[in-house]
Amino acid sequence: MSTSGPLTDDGLVQLLTPAGERVDHPGYSARVAHLDADALRGLYRDMVLVRRFDTEATALQRQGELGLWAQSLGQEAAQVGSGRALAPQDYVFPSYREHGVAHTRGLDLTQLLQLFRGVDHGGWDPEEFNFHLYTLVIGSHTLHATGYAMGVQRDGAVGTGDPERDTAVVTYFGDGATAQGDVNEALVFAAVNNAPLVLFLQNNQWAISEPTTRQARVPLAARGPGFGVPSVRVDGNDVLATYAVTAEALERARSGGGPTLVEAFTYRMGAHTTSDDPSRYRSAAEEDYWRQRDPIDRLEKHLAATGELSEEFRAGLAAEADALGERVRTFVRALGRPATSTMFDHVYATPHSVVDAERAWFERYEASFAGGEHR
Amino acid sequence: MPSFQQFRLPDAGEGLTEAEIAAWHVAVGDTVAINQTIVEIETAKSLVDLPSPFAGVVTRLLVEEGTTVEVGTPIIEIDTDPTGDAPADAAPGAGPEVPVHGPTSDADPVQAGAPVARHASPSPEPSEAPEAEEPGGAVLVGYGTAAAPTARRARFTSAEGDVDAGAAGPEATAAGAAPVRPATAGPGASRGSAPAAAPATMPTVRPGAVPTGEPAAVSGRRALAKPPVRKLARDLGVDLDSVVPTGPGGIVTREDVLAHQAGAEARVLATYPGDDQPWLASGTVSPDGRQTRVPVKSVRKRTAEAMVTSAFTAPHVTVFQTVDVTRTMKLVRRLREDKEFADVRVTPLLIAAKALLLAVRRHPDVNASWDEAAQEIVYKHYVNLGIAAATPRGLVVPNIKDAHRLGLHDLAEGLAALTSTARAGKVTPRDMSDGTITITNVGVFGIDTGTPILNPGEAAILAFGAIREQPWVHKGKIKVRHVTQLALSVDHRLVDGALGSMVLADVAAVLEDPAQALVWG
Repeated sequence: MSTSGPLTDDGLVQLLTPAGERVDHPGYSARVAHLDADALRGLYRDMVLVRRFDTEATALQRQGELGLWAQSLGQEAAQVGSGRALAPQDYVFPSYREHGVAHTRGLDLTQLLQLFRGVDHGGWDPEEFNFHLYTLVIGSHTLHATGYAMGVQRDGAVGTGDPERDTAVVTYFGDGATAQGDVNEALVFAAVNNAPLVLFLQNNQWAISEPTTRQARVPLAARGPGFGVPSVRVDGNDVLATYAVTAEALERARSGGGPTLVEAFTYRMGAHTTSDDPSRYRSAAEEDYWRQRDPIDRLEKHLAATGELSEEFRAGLAAEADALGERVRTFVRALGRPATSTMFDHVYATPHSVVDAERAWFERYEASFAGGEHR
Repeated sequence: MPSFQQFRLPDAGEGLTEAEIAAWHVAVGDTVAINQTIVEIETAKSLVDLPSPFAGVVTRLLVEEGTTVEVGTPIIEIDTDPTGDAPADAAPGAGPEVPVHGPTSDADPVQAGAPVARHASPSPEPSEAPEAEEPGGAVLVGYGTAAAPTARRARFTSAEGDVDAGAAGPEATAAGAAPVRPATAGPGASRGSAPAAAPATMPTVRPGAVPTGEPAAVSGRRALAKPPVRKLARDLGVDLDSVVPTGPGGIVTREDVLAHQAGAEARVLATYPGDDQPWLASGTVSPDGRQTRVPVKSVRKRTAEAMVTSAFTAPHVTVFQTVDVTRTMKLVRRLREDKEFADVRVTPLLIAAKALLLAVRRHPDVNASWDEAAQEIVYKHYVNLGIAAATPRGLVVPNIKDAHRLGLHDLAEGLAALTSTARAGKVTPRDMSDGTITITNVGVFGIDTGTPILNPGEAAILAFGAIREQPWVHKGKIKVRHVTQLALSVDHRLVDGALGSMVLADVAAVLEDPAQALVWG
């Protein structure tokens, strides 16, 4: 890749090369030293399952079972690595492609599909998983995250030294979002308020069809210091490096050290969504280049080379992935239409007289038909 | 027992209404697995592979390759229990007796495409149309219209007063209007065979599809239509109340207005395999039978757009040269006997392609494009050499990537690969993207030359004419020589006549004396 501009390799933290070899980094090796072979296999399993889920969801869209799907293919390491660095009390504001993070938060992946089938505005209770609903508007949720982080600050859940209490907030967004006003405002507010926020930027290099080179003349992480936000660039296809830099940023946030901008340099190997055809705007050679840097392959190579990937484990994981695919398929096909009246359910957190009146009218209206509930 | 499942064409993009079946990857009798690619479709946006939702044996392909069908149309039938040892209801996701699967699978067990089927309003006339003929209603998962529009549901008339008295919202108005609209099913159903909704594979002209119902059948109410459609009707002088509605909830759509204007007697023309006039597919014949109007779609549509864009934004200038290519023909004959070239096809076009590449190398500023938005000229340091190809699906211009790097043998391979891909109708958007300069080989049709229109985004296109034996002054004497004509069109915004002339002269010089390539190569 180039040596300057937004696509440079300069300054990328890497702990695992594409060939699967561990490399030392003076600042970050220590943060993954405690990850033993079991932990590495766990990360590998996470990524394999997320990819299988993503593949199945893509197929379901092509079969008319989902209205739309946003693939996470190629970004598993950035998502699983950062997600596994989180503590239970940390709170995540994702955009709409963070299937890997959702998995690490304990969501059953099937829940994600209700939104994409159009039967639910969300699909899960954010408070249960500390994982906010997907946000389709580009970048707006980074402000919500900043506000939430300022709230955490005011709750006194920062810098107490109690590892069960100190809380960080993480928001996920993409390279395209960095050109949005909202993201820049979030950086301003987070910086001046010293909010306990990690701004996790997955630079997958394509904002739909617009390349990063059309959005920046410098590495995106270089924008952080201008706002007074410490920044780090990490090889986003390296699950260990992603884990390490996120762990550091989370620790800074929880301890009262303020926000961090993490740029995970990765690649969107699939289409932007199932409505998009990337072959129209990027070359096969570019895709090949990144296929050789596949996040799952490199951990697999490492585990195989160190004798930690038994045939038994592989077979078990393959069966688990197949079962997940089957479960996802069955779940989606069984999803019924929601009752129309559910649209009144979550308009306000507390009872509201106008909504109540509208609900009552609607119920009377529905009751006026033969055959009952509108379908 | 066998369990037959049908797969409906899904919406592969957001809000696409139709797609063309580009290529089947399976045949009747094939065993397929879940998620195995079964068909390639071409939408307005892209070529998309569709994976099978079923495991089983293919029993029927319901749509021919090359046919455009609406989202929701069943395209393939698969027997999910060919060995017959599973209970009838074991097939995944299948309803009891309606195994159609796809975008509408979770809708009402009555055909989701037939909203009127459940219409129970007090119609004074018996419904004349079979339910399956109903138009529209293809529900796009997640964001489509409901299978049964609100206004079509039967009301308890006694309750009507209550609700309408209680509110004046839009639903109330629509609901109130429903019972006083008689017989929506009659003509509405007939109109289901209007051009947009008709299956293009029906084997005959279908006079029965002509809506015989008089507009009177839908009179006595004010037509429902969106403001743009109302304006369209006004502009065209069409009385909306006389238009038969096909939209959800009985609204008049843009297509309804246009179809009405085109004449109620317009008949759907069908095509079938072996039809000797395939260009008439899905057209409508005029009442007097002297014209057929065919909707512009797919490759034809994109060609038209590209040509209009090119012709009316890039000022074209074309230069011509007649050239003696006898030595090129000798070279072609010699290479055909050369062992190194035994595995490829050597043609005069190959030498012309090489000549153009050499000319571009000497005049790289012709290999460029005009970026209107940026007010910049983009000079390309690579040549993606486009070859215009007439294919069964229309004119396409795939290109040979990085042709400037290829030696003559590899260039011949590139040409062969491109030609066979085009003939098979398998050209992908990627094959066609980012061309930098193009050759159109009009000579294969026996044509001397023409004034080619630029492929959009390129600055030059070379027309290569037929090679004929002609009297020619050669070394001071009249001899019979192989002669051809070359024409080069250029975008005059960035290529002046002088540059265009020099490029063409270089091409001609190489074709006249291929040894010149040694000097310039």
